[in-house]
Formats: sequence, C-alpha cells, structure tokens
Amino acid sequence: MATQGHAAAANGHDAHGHGDHHELSFLQKYIFPLDHKIIGMQYLFTGIFMGVIGALMSYAFRMQMAFPGKAVPLFGLITPEFYNSMVTNHGSIMIFWFAMPVLIAAFGNFLIPLMIGCDDMVFPRVNRLSYQIFLLSAVILIASMFVPGGGFGGAWTSYPPLSASAVYNQTPYGAPMWLLAVALEFVAFLLGGINFITTLMNARAPGMKMYDIPIVVWMIIIASILFMASVGPLIAGAVMLLFDQTIGTGFFDPVRGGDPVLWQHLFWFFGHPEVYVVLLPALGIVAEILPVFARKKLFAYKTILWTAIATGVLSFVVWAHHQFVAGIDPRMANIFTVTTLLISVPITEMLFVYIGTLYGGSILLTTPMLFAIAFIAEFLIGGVTGIFLGASGSDIYFHDTYFVLAHFHYTFVPIAVIAVFAGIYYWFPKMFGRFMNDFWGKVHFWGTAIPFNGIFLPLFYTGAAGDHRRSFDLLNFPELNQPNLIFARQFATISLLVMLAFQVIFFINFFYCMFRGRKAGANPWNANTLEWVAPSPPPHGNFAELPNCHRGPYEYSVPGRDSDYWPQNEPAT
Amino acid sequence: MMESLIAAASSYAGQIDQVTHVVAILGGFWLLLAEAALFYFVFRYRRSRSPKAQYITGETKQQMKWIHWPHNLVLLCDIVILVFAVRAWYHVKQEMPPTDDEVRVVGHQWAWEFVHSGPDGKLGTDDDVSVVDELHLIVNKTYKFKLEAADVLHSFSIPVFRFKQDAVPGRQISGWFKPTKTGQYDVPCSQMCGIGHGIMGGQVYVHTPEEYRQWLDSKAPKSAALPVEGLDRIAMNQGGM
Repeated sequence: MATQGHAAAANGHDAHGHGDHHELSFLQKYIFPLDHKIIGMQYLFTGIFMGVIGALMSYAFRMQMAFPGKAVPLFGLITPEFYNSMVTNHGSIMIFWFAMPVLIAAFGNFLIPLMIGCDDMVFPRVNRLSYQIFLLSAVILIASMFVPGGGFGGAWTSYPPLSASAVYNQTPYGAPMWLLAVALEFVAFLLGGINFITTLMNARAPGMKMYDIPIVVWMIIIASILFMASVGPLIAGAVMLLFDQTIGTGFFDPVRGGDPVLWQHLFWFFGHPEVYVVLLPALGIVAEILPVFARKKLFAYKTILWTAIATGVLSFVVWAHHQFVAGIDPRMANIFTVTTLLISVPITEMLFVYIGTLYGGSILLTTPMLFAIAFIAEFLIGGVTGIFLGASGSDIYFHDTYFVLAHFHYTFVPIAVIAVFAGIYYWFPKMFGRFMNDFWGKVHFWGTAIPFNGIFLPLFYTGAAGDHRRSFDLLNFPELNQPNLIFARQFATISLLVMLAFQVIFFINFFYCMFRGRKAGANPWNANTLEWVAPSPPPHGNFAELPNCHRGPYEYSVPGRDSDYWPQNEPAT
Repeated sequence: MMESLIAAASSYAGQIDQVTHVVAILGGFWLLLAEAALFYFVFRYRRSRSPKAQYITGETKQQMKWIHWPHNLVLLCDIVILVFAVRAWYHVKQEMPPTDDEVRVVGHQWAWEFVHSGPDGKLGTDDDVSVVDELHLIVNKTYKFKLEAADVLHSFSIPVFRFKQDAVPGRQISGWFKPTKTGQYDVPCSQMCGIGHGIMGGQVYVHTPEEYRQWLDSKAPKSAALPVEGLDRIAMNQGGM
C-alpha cells in the first residue's frame, strides 16, 4: 500500500523520481510550486499576514471600547459602521484566514508528507489550486473593505435578514463580497482536505501502522474529515444568502416565505465542528512537543486518538447551543444541553492525558515547551467557562455577553496563537535549517501569555456584569457606565497593546533567524518522528532515501537503551 | 456572587444565578485540580531535579485508572449541572404561569416599541399605550410578553431579570417575567442589528401600583404611537423593501 503511495506522489514531480530533481526557476519554485513544503510556507505567510491585519482590527475596536469617541491613532474616529465592519472582519479573518490556513493548511502541508515519510502530497496540483483559491478569497475579503459602503458589518455569523439586504446592513458591495470570499475559502479547504486524507491513507512509509501515525497527523486528518462533512450545508447556505442579497430570492426572508433561523442552523451545523477543526490540530501540535521536551512516551496514545474521534462525532450534534434563545423550540434546548455537556467528557479526558504525560518526565522548558504547557493551562480556562454557556439555564443570561467573547478567546487564542507559536518555534529548525533565538523566544512567550490573560480575564468580569457584545459604545447604557467596568475595559485594551508590542520581537526573531540563526542539524531536538530524518531544511523530494517505519512515534526513555529516544525509522536490533 | 456584579430583579433571577453558581463551583474544582497538577508536574519533574524520565505507556489497567476516574467524575458533575440547568430553563422558557397583564414588544432598527395594554388590561384595544424605548411594569405582577421584530433580528434582553430572547421577523414569540424590585433598568438589544446596534437600548421602569397609575394617567390613549423621528425612517426602509 505504502509503496504504491510513493509512486503516486512521484507523479507530482513530472515523473521525475526523487534524487533526480532538475533546477526549478524562482517562479516555478516559489510562486507556482508543487512542493508541499513551499505550499505550506505560502499558507503560513499568507495566514500570518492576515492574522496581523486581524490583530490591527482588534486594536481599532478595543481602543473604541476603552476610550469611546476618542480618535484612535492610525484609524482616527471610529464610526459605528467602521466599528461593525472591524468586529465582523476580525472574527472572519481570525478563524477563516488565520487559524485555518496556519493550523491545518500550513502545518498539514508541511508536516503530513514529512511525518509519514513520503516525498510529497498525492495530489500536488490540487494542492496548488487550493492555495490559489485561498489567496483569491483573501484578496476579495481585503478588497471588500474598500468598496463604497465599506466592509460587511453584520457580525461573522452573518445572520439574515440583516445580512440579506443592503436596506438593513447598508453595505451593498461589502456584504456579497464577504460572502463570496467565505465561500471560496471553503472550496480551497475542501480541496486541501481531500489531498490530506488521500495522502495519509496511501502514502505512509512502509511499516507505519495506524497506531504508529503521529498524533498531529491524525488530528489534522480528523479535522479535515470534520470540515468536509460539515461545510456542505454552509456552502449551500452561503449561495442561498448570496442569491438573497443579489438577485432577490427570499430563502431567509419571512415576507417571502423564507425563514431567517434556517441560516442559523446551516451556519452553526458547520460552525461548531469548525471549532474542533481548529482545536484538534492545535492539540496535535502540543502532543508532538510534550513528549520531546519531557523525554517521555505520550500517555495513552489510543485514548487520545479515540477521544479526538469521539469529540469530532459529538461536535455534529451540539450546534443549537448557539441558538438557545434564538427562537427555536425551547424543548430543543434540553437535548442540546445534554450533548453539549457530554462533549466535556472526552475533552477533559484528553487534557488529563496531556497532563499525565508530564508525570515522571524530565522536563526542559524550551520556548516551544513553554508555549505547549501554556496552551494546556489557558485552554482549561476556556473549556470550563464554556459550561456556563452550554448549560441552557445560565446561557439565558450569558448569551451574547462579553463572557461568551472571553470564553471563546480563551479557546481560540490558545489554539490559533499559543499552539501556533509552539509549532513554529518547534519546527522552525526543520523549515529553515536554523534555530530561533531561545532567549528572545522566552521574552516573547511571557510577553504573550501574561498580557493575554490581562485582556480576557477582565472581560469575563465585564461580561458577567452585563456588557453585551458588538455594541460600539457601551456608555450608552446606564448600567454599564460605571467606573469599575470602564476600568476593566481599559485594562483589557492596554493589555492588548502590550501583547501586540511583544509580537514585534517574534517577527524580528523569526526573520533574522531565518537567515542568520544558529544552524540546526537534521534532528536538533532528538525527536523520534520521521520529519527529523530528512535534512534541515528538507530538499525537494524530502528524503535522500525514503524511510521505513519500525515503531510508534513516542518511544522516549525506553528502559535498557543508551539513548533516551528511538527514532521511528531505526531498525530494532 | 452574581448579585454582587449585577442586581437580581425578577422572580427567576435567583434560580438562574443558582445554575451559574453550581457551574462555578463544580467547574472551578476541576479547573483548580487540573492547573495544580499541571504546574506541580512541571515543577517537580523539571530536568534539574528529574534527569531521567520514566517509561510509562499509560495503557495498562493500573494507569488507565487515572483517566477513567476523572472521566466518571466529570460525567457525574455534568449530570448535576444538567439537572440544575434544565430545571431553570424549563421554568423560564417552557412554563407559562398565570399572568396578570400583557405587553407587546417590537424590535425596530434601532429602537424598542413597547405596547402596554392600557387601563383595560387587554392588548389590541383602543386604549393601548405604545411607547418607544420605555417599558413600564408593576412590581410583583407576572407579565406575558409577545415579542416581534419589524425588520431584522433583535434580542430582547433585560440583564437584571436574567432574561433574554431573540426577536425574529415573521414570528411572535411569547414568554413571561415577573419583576420583583422597583427601579429603572437597561433593556439593551443584544443581537447585532446593524449600524445603530450600539445605541439600541430602552429602559424598563418597575413601578409600585400607584406610580404606575400616575404614569398611565399621563398618557392619553394612543398618544405615543410612534412619535419618534427615528421610526419614520424605519417606515421608509420598509417601503423600500
């Protein structure tokens, strides 16, 4: 099976076998690449670029929340239209154009072939097309903010009738462009997902059994399956909404027999699995880093795998917890409370397994390890605060408050920021053949982790006290115009400024070390998985000789061996 | 705990806060336990103190205990939370106790229209009193509301009542509340409804019966039927549809 896969992958290289690569022009190599690593880099850099834009948006609207009505440096006075557009596009960008491309597409493209020991993806041209559609969607989204009427401002959930008619949302061009961009982005990830799943199933190194596959690869594959199974209804919904906006159909318009709540079902049927689509790869990255820097076998590999699958299956039956008070039949809330609370069981189990991995280890706190541990510490808070919202009774109060916002940022920031940094610091030597500076990495770590809590802990407080979301000036509401709440909002905003400032250190460290960093060998962390067999950085075709796999990926500190690691490709003897 | 953050002024506010407290205690316990274990392990098994790692697969029966016990206990906690949550939900959203009066609530871009039943206590009659952004109630009376939206989604939210319900165009959604404390409180819209979402907020005035009568006397029937300029534009918008 695996040898077949190698043959299939070789097709992608214009029938040149590995070891026989001719020189590619700059255009072929970096602009229209077929190499999975370069496509991964394209996703990484585009995703980070979009993430920077999303972060600047959060700066604009957080300044408005803390100092309403004052001119914001770089942006000037924040009008309600501009505020709504910033909030909407911040959410859309951070999930669809930052978290997904970086966590799934960048890490998935870079890691899957390397970690399963093959020379490229099975469908390199589909892979390239996937990135090109993604890039097009990003360009359309950015352009949508500069058209007459401005960018779409109906929140990232885009509920009709507000989103369905320019009479209501006042963005005649921004709204359809936003929707088009989202739909195209989904198409891009559908193509990518097909490629990932096929590659894993067909191109594994000889000897790599299902339970020998590194957890991060499993997680990206499960996430791709979840995405592919859930996105269909939403693509259909997006086309229906686009028709409502542009050619006057009435799928979501009650006057013409449509139903606005239908969109909410289509959106959240995708939207909740989507949370796990980004969570699972992040959990996977952490599962790779913990064993390496604790020199310890991952606790209960099979439990992690099966809890991830259980979480994925359950994630399809929890969507209506976003709609408890949306006007659905109130009896439905009882069913969805049960399923929502159930999903806490596999997630808790998984986090306990991660903590258990540290027990009895020999822990070295390098920068990637610090980020990986911080992921667990912060995500726990995000998980527990979700129960207030999953429990129908308390959700009546907490729904659409800043408590919700703080909760999901305590899940998404660990996922899309902290775990992504962990992954970048960890795989940077493989990507570029050099180390990032560890001292400045640690400065960046503390400058990210501490202010992050400084932003969102106060927002739990203001949300519980009644701050409701997406309001451009909370001082309009007498109960919310209180000195302690105003202080908490300002504290959150100043923490954001600190956190953003520390990211500059990351970018300098990243780009400086890409060219000038200390050189790294093939396996600088003494890790087991197959990507560390390839040279750093891996050439086109990855491995000088395709590796065989002899054991699971986490055999650290095996008794009776001299070295404390045991690479997957090393024969037993 | 919740009451120190925001007043509780309805008959069921206490029950909803109770759900919050139960979740806070049970969730807080697991959170502290997990964080404590995490930080203890990181500290205890740092390389300088623990130079050689142990080999633990986590797949023997003895070791799986450490996963199965938390699993069962978390499940138990979930059931406790479920009981409290569903009880509160059922009381607030599925029951309809005998009511004393009715009020019709209509969300517009970007104001609340509150139609009070007037002296005869019945909606849909000539003496209804329609007011913009002001809801007048009598303390300790149970109200049935009929919630509608004229244009887009809105969310009828009274934080001190711990109450929230989205308003959906094309539907009339009913429910109830019973204010228990006099005073003036916010009624924000808590569902994104367009450019004016941030200014869409009314006030609820919970009166004693005497105060309420004074207010009602000051309103001639139908006197305040959409007198506000903002609502003219809404009418225009709808013509534009």
